[in-house]
Amino acid sequence: MSKQITMTIDGVAVSVPDDYTIMQAADSAGIHIPRLCYHSKLSQFGACRICVVDVEGMKNYAPACSTQVKDGMILQTHSAGIRKARKVLIELLLNNHPRDCQVCGKSGECTLQEMAESFGVKSDEFSFEGERKTFETDRSSVAVRRDSEKCILCGKCVRVCSEIQGANVLTFSHRGFRANVVPAYNLGLGESVCTNCGQCINVCPTGALLEHDNTEEVWHAIHDPNKVVMVQIAPAVRVAIGEGFGNEPGKDMTYETVTALRMLGFDIVFDTQFSADLTIIEEGHEFIRRLTQKGKLPMITSCSPGWIKFCETFHPEFLENISTCKSPQQMMGAVIKTYYADKSGIYPAKIYSVSIMPCTAKKFEAARPEMNSSGYQDVDAVLTTRELIKMIKEAGIDFNRLKKSEFDHPLGESSGAAPIFGATGGVMEAALRTVYEVVTGKELAQIDFTDVRGLEGIREAVIPVNEIEVRVAVTYGLANVHKLLTEIEQGKRQYHFIEIMTCPGGCIGGGGQPYPAGEAEALDTSVYEKRAQGLYGIDERKVIRKSHLNPDITKIYQEFLKEPLGKVSHKLLHTHYHARHPKGVPARIKDTVNLFKAK
Amino acid sequence: MEKQTQMMTEAQKKENKKNFRELQAFIDDTVKPEDPQRALMGVLHKVQNLFGYISQEAMDYVSERLSVPTAHIYGMATFYNYFSLKPKAHHKIHVCKGTACYVGGGARVLNRLKKELEIGEGDVTSDGLFSLDITRCLGCCGLSPVMQVNDDVYVRMVPEKVPVILKKYRSCCGHGIGHNGRRKKTKAGKKAVAA
Repeated sequence: MSKQITMTIDGVAVSVPDDYTIMQAADSAGIHIPRLCYHSKLSQFGACRICVVDVEGMKNYAPACSTQVKDGMILQTHSAGIRKARKVLIELLLNNHPRDCQVCGKSGECTLQEMAESFGVKSDEFSFEGERKTFETDRSSVAVRRDSEKCILCGKCVRVCSEIQGANVLTFSHRGFRANVVPAYNLGLGESVCTNCGQCINVCPTGALLEHDNTEEVWHAIHDPNKVVMVQIAPAVRVAIGEGFGNEPGKDMTYETVTALRMLGFDIVFDTQFSADLTIIEEGHEFIRRLTQKGKLPMITSCSPGWIKFCETFHPEFLENISTCKSPQQMMGAVIKTYYADKSGIYPAKIYSVSIMPCTAKKFEAARPEMNSSGYQDVDAVLTTRELIKMIKEAGIDFNRLKKSEFDHPLGESSGAAPIFGATGGVMEAALRTVYEVVTGKELAQIDFTDVRGLEGIREAVIPVNEIEVRVAVTYGLANVHKLLTEIEQGKRQYHFIEIMTCPGGCIGGGGQPYPAGEAEALDTSVYEKRAQGLYGIDERKVIRKSHLNPDITKIYQEFLKEPLGKVSHKLLHTHYHARHPKGVPARIKDTVNLFKAK
Repeated sequence: MEKQTQMMTEAQKKENKKNFRELQAFIDDTVKPEDPQRALMGVLHKVQNLFGYISQEAMDYVSERLSVPTAHIYGMATFYNYFSLKPKAHHKIHVCKGTACYVGGGARVLNRLKKELEIGEGDVTSDGLFSLDITRCLGCCGLSPVMQVNDDVYVRMVPEKVPVILKKYRSCCGHGIGHNGRRKKTKAGKKAVAA
């Protein structure tokens, strides 16, 4: 049991529990101590020393992140000596860092750059002619690219990969001048056990980790007169894209984004939410079939490509449990180049299909060999929310003043069950709305399944559907996934249906989302909550809130697919995954990772 | 990794198998099932001593047995100089590039060695027979330039001596040096080789 102590930070009296660190005490008092390697959601590291403070009575400067508070402690966070020490630390880091800020993908959002500027580091005051570390940039992955020369060895990527995602892809190798962050055996990320989730990008303070940039090839297709460029946008993008233009997280900018996409030169704008509804129809019926015909249970959702690769690599024993449904992105890709191509008379080879996703792993998913069922690569290029923001800025579009416009038909209409795909628990809720009504034939009295909402690491619910008590679970973060699967294997947990999302908070916390602005940091609860509220708001405003009532869904089954799980669906909308090598060993089972307290 | 196994001779493959059996027994004996991760350092020492280096195959095996991610093992194996990720050669050649040897023409000796062995500094020949490394002073500057093969020191070196010396070690069995690079014991217990 911790007791309260009183201390003085920069002349301000602060009362905090005695097990706090100086960093936590300062944060709670609203005093921001600069930091590079510290992150409140990750374990202590104490490597960068930027957070040093001047504690009265202590001989040396103390690192705030790893020094415990004491009753009566008096400290300064920016004394003359501290300011000088921090400046020297930044200078030392810059001496071993490429000076190419102008052409760096992280410029403007780089913590190191920001600090150099705010600490007043001037280029004429320090000049270093000695040797700098040289590493080749790792471009082996279609999702994440790593430039080790820009790495300052803060270790946040290593920790997020191990502690939140349980994948342990990255490690520090060698030491001293040769120290580097790499996957095992110095493999490229593309050959490693990396799930492509991109959380390492979100926590990286420099440009060492970034998504693989696909904007140039998309521009190229837009400018190509022989291509018809079609685009789809994912639910989680519309409530985050505004952040790139100074708006609050969670602001619904769906229809402004549609306008922006047309102005950029995309010919046809479709909505991934349509194919989210389609996924619910297929996945819902698959679940009903497994439930009633003694199929493999629990069934696990298949929308999150990071989870799919995690399963193939770390838990191949669960591959049979994964729904055979493709993700909404890939269903849309397959439908565009078949159904829509036929309907519109556009030759599929002329179609260039782009998707805007909150996700880096979607780049990997689109490039998978399984995803060519239309006879072509179903989705040609995937852009993250960040990449789209960059394109809009390049085109000089004043995003906040855009008029709203509608999606194109017939793949643009969606029900309220579709937007919530972007928040953890949403796919489950959307599926339950449809499964319940299809099985019982009765209308749902309470459409909101609040038990599966929220930001707790693992959530459970029991839903009576006719005589069956359907047990469901929802989880996010691959460390939680590993825990859940292990406990299922041990017989400690039993479910019929599980929703798994790779990223914290679901797609809204994806590896391709805008970097948090202002006071917010990566993995920030408040940002995720606002984005989730944005999606639930879209759901509530819709008149039709169940996938099976979407009229365009009814139409596509009448005209093209015929029946759920039918022959056409089987060819275009379903797939199978296979065990991978190298096979990974996930982290040890810890407690459930709850970045967010349940409300 | 597979390449390494493919390149192995039948005898080496047999020895590799034997070593894995011994490693398995070591892990069975020493590693506590309730906290296997703790044993990592000891197990890596065992691997290094058994195989002479830490192969990817061995790291994969240790990873599975101890449930430690391969990334962590790789990090540890590269951090400590004691561990080697490359197979050590049978005969370890060190050329002195200390001041006296450098002035005395050590670099020319080094270049000749590189040419003869077709490898660079820090590398091992493809047959695993020789490794070539630089050293700083062997403590006999008056006899410079100096090079060392295993425990044998060759003094007042000139490039022309290089092929002669290498030839000795290539047909190593007849010269009192075993395939493992260790000196075979002679009856008299004397050093078997002199330059």
